[in-house]
Amino acid sequence: MSVVTLRPKAKPMPQAAKNVIDVKDLSLVFETNDGPVNALSDINLSVDGGEFVSFIGPSGCGKTTLLRVIADLEQPTSGSISVNGMTPSEARQKRAYGYVFQAAALYPWRTIAGNISLPLEVMGIPKAERKDRIARNLELVNLSGFEKKFPWQLSGGMQQRASIARALSFDPHLLLMDEPFGALDEIVRDHLNEELLKLWAKTQKTVVFVTHSIPEAVFLSTKIVVMSPRPGRIHEVIDCNLGSERTLDIRESPEFLEIAHRVREGLRHGHSYDQAHL
Amino acid sequence: MNFVRNSVIPVGTVLIGILALWYVFTVILNAPFERDQAARANTTISTSQLIANTMAQERPVLPAPHQVAAEIRKTVFDISPTSKRSLVYHGWVTLSSTLLGFGLGTLLGILLAIAIVHSRTLDKSLMPWIITSQTVPILAIAPMIIVVLNAVNITGLLPKAMISTYLSFFPVAVGMVKGLRSPEIMYLDLMRTYNASKAQVFWKLRWPASMPYLFTSMKIAVAISLVGAIVGELPTGAVAGIGARLLAGSYYGQTVQIWAALIVAALMAAVLVSLIGLIATFVNRRMGARA
Repeated sequence: MSVVTLRPKAKPMPQAAKNVIDVKDLSLVFETNDGPVNALSDINLSVDGGEFVSFIGPSGCGKTTLLRVIADLEQPTSGSISVNGMTPSEARQKRAYGYVFQAAALYPWRTIAGNISLPLEVMGIPKAERKDRIARNLELVNLSGFEKKFPWQLSGGMQQRASIARALSFDPHLLLMDEPFGALDEIVRDHLNEELLKLWAKTQKTVVFVTHSIPEAVFLSTKIVVMSPRPGRIHEVIDCNLGSERTLDIRESPEFLEIAHRVREGLRHGHSYDQAHL
Repeated sequence: MNFVRNSVIPVGTVLIGILALWYVFTVILNAPFERDQAARANTTISTSQLIANTMAQERPVLPAPHQVAAEIRKTVFDISPTSKRSLVYHGWVTLSSTLLGFGLGTLLGILLAIAIVHSRTLDKSLMPWIITSQTVPILAIAPMIIVVLNAVNITGLLPKAMISTYLSFFPVAVGMVKGLRSPEIMYLDLMRTYNASKAQVFWKLRWPASMPYLFTSMKIAVAISLVGAIVGELPTGAVAGIGARLLAGSYYGQTVQIWAALIVAALMAAVLVSLIGLIATFVNRRMGARA
């Protein structure tokens, strides 16, 4: 709670607000040409302020869809969901969250600084402050000095870091990340995981993180939501708190391996249930 | 050095090939007339004399390249540009209506594309008409446009430019519809997470994303604008312009004059297309394209 460099002074701490995300009996059915698909079924979940929550599961379990529902990019068929005590649509209109996509999705005709400036321009932030925030957020993701480069001049890992800086630039309390490191190689991914953890500790954001990597989920999260497919549902929620000072070495520790084992068991159980279902 | 290897040598090789072929056909096509002349005069003609003669006729079926070059030099450089016999004068008349028509056509095409991309109804209702408009033979509709506009006292540059507009809006509209729809879903979702307005999505995403499509369409549009301007000059009673020059040439059998006008028109088109290409390169570089 001591480091609040990114937050305007007037705003209260988000930790004060319990239940940043509250999902009750939520279902989502996609109508396709092959008939209805139950993408999400009876989802119940609450995320507190300052938590780092991971959704993990095999493809088709609805983890990305759930994240998109939180972001108001998909509409649920039934049930209720609130984000910061509002509907997802209201939360989106209040710019309550920053979203990081699977790909960096940087606009190729804008420089790195230009890309980070994009949400600030959309939100009507004056030029001088934009400049300030670009510099601050690039520093936060260790990309200072790359302002004038175009996206193609950066490596995949650097591009994804720039996209995180973009999501943080307008200082949302909630960060939604959809497999942000899925396309990167393991060495870069490990490095970025460590950086993300530091960033989270420094900024005290609430993070919802979609992944299909067990070590990544265990390493980063305070809470792991294990999901299973057909219909997409929550199989198990595993608490996971390996302390605030984590380094990559922790992955060799018994506590880490034990939680990883529980997640793996959960995934397997969810999957066998799926087989029996068929 | 790269420029020489990549551009000058290949283009030059093709040019030499075309010129060689052209000379061969000059001889073949113009020889019957020379043989006929010789037969009428009851003389025989040697092969070398025949070949020399075929390249120096006053009204050849196919003028030799150097005859056309000489005509161009005379009408472009030797005659004062204010004279009605100057190709510079006629070229400028055509060019001005080409540029006006091209400008209006590009603007119309962009506006149509914006309307179509933002409205499902317009997409369904306008697009078929836009395509149908291009199936009408321009040669048939050009005189009608001139006549109708003359009747409402619009004369001079604008009627001709309208024909260029009629031809050039089409590639721009079609290209820009594709260009404005080119951003990936993820780029659009990103704007949605910022709660961006439609205008912001347009100016910050759709418009910059459509630039490569715009310039490709504009290259096609400027070339057919020139065709439109020339076609527009044909029914105006052959007063001025490249089209008038072509028409006058064909009335009096001045084939050298026709070919000279043709070549100048082609050169004008090449210059216009390259100019757009240059602007495109400049804009692309500003927008971070790989060098």
